[in-house]
Amino acid sequence: MEKLQLLQGVAAPLPRANIDTDIITPAKRLLDANRETMHEHTFEPLRFLADGSENPDFILNKPGYRDAVILITGRNFGCGSSRETAVWGLLGLGIRCVIAESFGDIFFNNCFQNSVLPIRLPAETIAELLAEAGDDQGNMQFQVDVASRTLTTPSGRSITFDLTADRQTALLEGLDEVGQTLKEDAATTAFQAQDRTARPWIYDLGTVD
Amino acid sequence: MSGATTLFDKLWQAHVVRSLGENLDLLHVDRHLIHDLSGARALTELQERGLAVRNPELCMAMPDHSVSSQPGRTLASSPFGERLGGGLRKMAEAAGIPFFGLEHPNQGIVHVVGPETGFTLPGSLLVCGDSHTSTHGALGALAWGIGSSEVVHVLATQTVRQRRPQSMRITINGELGEGVEAKDVILHIIGQLGVAAGTGHAVEYAGTTIAALGIEARMTICNLSIEFGARMGMIAPDQTTFEYLQGRPLAPKGAAWDRAVEYWRGLRSDDGAVFDREVTFAAAEIAPQVTWGTSPGQTLAVTGSIPTPDSFVEAEQRNNTEVALEYMGLSGGQSIAGTRIDRVFIGSCTNSRLSDLRRAARVAQGRNVASHVTAWVVPGSVQVKQAAEAEGLDEIFLAAGFEWREPGCAQCVATNGETVAPGERCVSTSNRNFVGRQGPKARTHLAGPAMAAAAAIAGEITDVRSFPPLGEAQ
Repeated sequence: MEKLQLLQGVAAPLPRANIDTDIITPAKRLLDANRETMHEHTFEPLRFLADGSENPDFILNKPGYRDAVILITGRNFGCGSSRETAVWGLLGLGIRCVIAESFGDIFFNNCFQNSVLPIRLPAETIAELLAEAGDDQGNMQFQVDVASRTLTTPSGRSITFDLTADRQTALLEGLDEVGQTLKEDAATTAFQAQDRTARPWIYDLGTVD
Repeated sequence: MSGATTLFDKLWQAHVVRSLGENLDLLHVDRHLIHDLSGARALTELQERGLAVRNPELCMAMPDHSVSSQPGRTLASSPFGERLGGGLRKMAEAAGIPFFGLEHPNQGIVHVVGPETGFTLPGSLLVCGDSHTSTHGALGALAWGIGSSEVVHVLATQTVRQRRPQSMRITINGELGEGVEAKDVILHIIGQLGVAAGTGHAVEYAGTTIAALGIEARMTICNLSIEFGARMGMIAPDQTTFEYLQGRPLAPKGAAWDRAVEYWRGLRSDDGAVFDREVTFAAAEIAPQVTWGTSPGQTLAVTGSIPTPDSFVEAEQRNNTEVALEYMGLSGGQSIAGTRIDRVFIGSCTNSRLSDLRRAARVAQGRNVASHVTAWVVPGSVQVKQAAEAEGLDEIFLAAGFEWREPGCAQCVATNGETVAPGERCVSTSNRNFVGRQGPKARTHLAGPAMAAAAAIAGEITDVRSFPPLGEAQ
């Protein structure tokens, strides 16, 4: 996994609640899913008009916000389907950090699998950040420092955010969960040996035929 | 802390392989369901990394999302069926994972097939790369949907890293009114609590209403847990659960069965167990529901009127309502009943089991689908389809003018190409009325199977209680 240590750039304000993963990645785009091209369809119902052209009113189509690295958005972002393509798409657009009052649980987890940092902040703070990000056509620079768990706004305000130590380490060092868990394989073997005597029916499945 | 623990605590604790600190545990995965949308890719990624599937015998794979529901279908009948379904077969078989292809008598939607084969068991920890995995909690399993990176993790390690969520109990007491079913109960709950109320929580459903429900109805309840943000929904296993499971092909047999039941009887929240949040509902207050907006929480009693944006205090809710009404082509203040529809879809992991089809058939029998409506019935699995045909439900539906189709996710998610056309209005027994869910610009109204059947006949959204059974369907 790619490391995420220090992020600096424009933050795009998208003040809308309950943006579900069907909006971030419409279902028909899942079929061809690949990490590299998914961003072409990200936010499709909002980002493009019926004729396929860009919707000039959508924030990521506006000058100054096209290269945003942070998205500031409404509560319950990423609710709905478990599709990880939603995160791939954001990543492909260059978004490495999403800031919202709350997130769908599965999306929140999927972010950390892809070196994207979701930050939860109180509603009042989100409102202030949205205002700041909306100023000056998006030329304002935000900064996210994973090591110090600090978000710095263009006005110089410093906001500390929550991030568990294991996730912080994984982001800073680009650690991959599969590799880490494989080191614990002996513990899994021991668990299964003991569990097999307690719950043999879990391991001795028949066949359907 | 007292000695009293919740069902959730017991399920969680039984699966801890190792604590990883900070409320984070490595948990053993007892059951892993794999489908066509992400399965082949995950198995390919594993192979590319030079890793093997650790416990293929604890997995089960089948195509459901991408396959056509057309009668006589093959993988070639849908745009991506061969690539995704065929790809999954190749990869699953190579890994030694049991696979149910289109020709197999156990093919179907993963969340229908898991329980009906006995693959899903009380007390098991079950995951799948699909957010409606919460369905399996109806049997007393600890079950939730995971992302595709986590699917690879489970394949490689047979474990999942998970933070312990908070606990929430939703108690529903009393008898359900005439024409009210499980779908109405859970839509009502989501409407009352809001679509993010369950975020970060594992939910247990309890109370006399739940206890009186059959297992399939309980699955409908648990299935929609994710629609108010809860990854896991569960119901303590009881005699109804054991009777449902006994004799299913993958359920334990003989002495192992007796031992398992003894273990399962302990899987309940102790008296005095404390939950982080508790909510109570009265069954008598719940009327047949139908959604009017683009979020499952935008629901109302079929006798009600569509809200106006002005009826909300919060600016955000006013705005959400306005946007949803525009997308849905509705005006605030109108009765929802009488809204003309174009399509009906009865199916999905929410409502495609035999009891769902029976309820729809009871309404359909002796009546005809309105001439301007296209109505589909898509059984959840080959087993459901065969059982329904054995009791003549297919003939009731066909005689009424419904299409009787082949098992899969079909028009719920429309990844098989079976979309609702732009601007068309569909009453659907599925789980999401999101913008574009059933196709670009498609307008979805969620409801239960009986309400959907009634809408097909009336040609508009209507109260199922004015459709008394005319025939002898069960």
